[in-house]
Amino acid sequence: MTLSTALPSVTSDAPEAPPSAPPRKRLRRSERIALLVGGLILLPIALVWIYPFVWVVSSSFKSNAEIFGSLNPFTSTLRLDNYIRAWHEANMGRYFLNTIFVTGMSILISVTVNALLGYVLGRYAFPGKRIIYAMLALVVFLPQGYTVIPIFDLIDSLGLSGSLWGMTLAEAGGVSVIVVLLFAGYFAQLPKELEEAAKVDGAGFLRIFLRVYLPLSGPVLATAVILQFMHAWNDFLLPLVLTLSQPELRTLAVGIYSLQNQYFSDWGMMSAASTIALMPIIIVFIILQKYFIESFSGAVKG
Amino acid sequence: MSTSAMAGTLRRHRRGELFWIYLFIVPGLVLTAMFVFYPMLASWYFSLTEWNGFTDGKDFVGLANYRELVKDPLFWGSFGRSMVFVLIGVPLRVGLALVLAIVLNNIIRGRLSTFFRTVFFLPVMAAASVIGVVLTFVLSPSNGPVSFFLTSTGLSDAPVEFLSDPTLALWSALALHTWKNFGMTLIYWLAALQTVPAEYYEAAAMDGAGAVQRLLRITLPVLIPFSVIIIVLTANENLHAFALIQALTGGGPYYSSEVVEVYIFRTAFAPDSAGGVPRLGYASAAGCFFGLATLAIALLQAWAITLVSAQRKRMK
Repeated sequence: MTLSTALPSVTSDAPEAPPSAPPRKRLRRSERIALLVGGLILLPIALVWIYPFVWVVSSSFKSNAEIFGSLNPFTSTLRLDNYIRAWHEANMGRYFLNTIFVTGMSILISVTVNALLGYVLGRYAFPGKRIIYAMLALVVFLPQGYTVIPIFDLIDSLGLSGSLWGMTLAEAGGVSVIVVLLFAGYFAQLPKELEEAAKVDGAGFLRIFLRVYLPLSGPVLATAVILQFMHAWNDFLLPLVLTLSQPELRTLAVGIYSLQNQYFSDWGMMSAASTIALMPIIIVFIILQKYFIESFSGAVKG
Repeated sequence: MSTSAMAGTLRRHRRGELFWIYLFIVPGLVLTAMFVFYPMLASWYFSLTEWNGFTDGKDFVGLANYRELVKDPLFWGSFGRSMVFVLIGVPLRVGLALVLAIVLNNIIRGRLSTFFRTVFFLPVMAAASVIGVVLTFVLSPSNGPVSFFLTSTGLSDAPVEFLSDPTLALWSALALHTWKNFGMTLIYWLAALQTVPAEYYEAAAMDGAGAVQRLLRITLPVLIPFSVIIIVLTANENLHAFALIQALTGGGPYYSSEVVEVYIFRTAFAPDSAGGVPRLGYASAAGCFFGLATLAIALLQAWAITLVSAQRKRMK
């Protein structure tokens, strides 16, 4: 079951007050004091909260001697050799490209598949529609078991276990119920006149979808891309199992875990490797954070 | 054009349309069959077999795996630890996140509120396995910055073995899992708080209601149905802590932080530590059993959603 209808998205985090916040403007003195006290209490907590990130980035520029037993995140010399060694010796370059490939292609596959299904569910009546909805309900409610074993088995028997394609397909996975329903809901509320006008111009089914409706689905498209991006970039169990005997196919999330024992005393290099894995998604998040927050609050799959 | 000819054209149009409709459904159907339904059914079947490694054949053994499972103390130990994650971890996270959400929604506003929200959400974006590895360094009793801080300020006499002390490891893992996923629960609460209509506050202010009264009389009643969903979602997350725990402790020391998913993984793929062969059938049985046990949570969720939509209708 999806919660898209249940949880509204957090809109407008801009300076202007969100529609439901208590009335702003006239901040009374008591309110100003509360704001100040709240801010002063939260600030140290916030600093501790992100300390591991500060530590890993700063350690990535230090030698091990500078890291050990030190709290100071600042360093006088920026050493880049950790990054060079991580990229070459520890194979981060390869893992990085693997992750980009799997993430990019699985976004392409899953967004396309979900948008197609959402489009026909949202705009057309056809025999079998109820069966499709029943299927979506089953996806959510059937107990999962331990699916990673059959998925490994399946990819192996399809002959895809030697390439990144098996992992890519598995990461794209089946339909994402929440995204399909978001697409269906969004396409359903677009006016039918658009379709009729396009038909008069001689556009067929596919063209109407590609040229008329799909370009209007921006917000849902963004949500679909973000959810799959998060999932594929960070996923662990499935890529771990699929690459147990093929280290060259590892993604970053698996690669860093696997190098843990080999380089357990080389904190500088492991920090650089971790920074390489963590930073892309964090930077994208900070730039597009409004869309991320909306995706998570409006599109929460249970 | 005669009416029958027109009906014919329409029918042909309709038939062409149906062709495209089903074509649009096929990819989703195929992928779902491959990666959702087949693995689900297969894992139920595998759980009835003795199967030692992918290259080995499967022997059908009926319910033998389940009979063994319910007598396996290591499984029940891990089951208990997963329950600790739910019964202690969920109230902790849901409660703390609610307090912070109310502060960020009602007391601190504007840009400062957005800044704090970003900071508290940041760990959610990090890959659990990577942040787990980083935390083993940060919390390392030798040379780690936290240990250094605790001993040099005199807060602790000896380095604290957060992840290597069997009495501490599970609690450290729970605390770190809470830290890692806290931002998600915070976002859920903030979304729920946005549904409180501003007019309610205005009306209350006109009637001279204080901040505490507004909180008790307006904010909390609106939040109650959302709380069921948020608890269910958080519980679901706390049952899936595999990546973080595997990277932090691998379930150790001495199984002291081994939750169900780590137990299953070890049984299926990393049997060295148990001194045996991979047992894919037995691991599947544990997965299916655990899946059934958590089905209750999914059902609770369905009920919660009907509650919320009922409230939304009332408010309109």
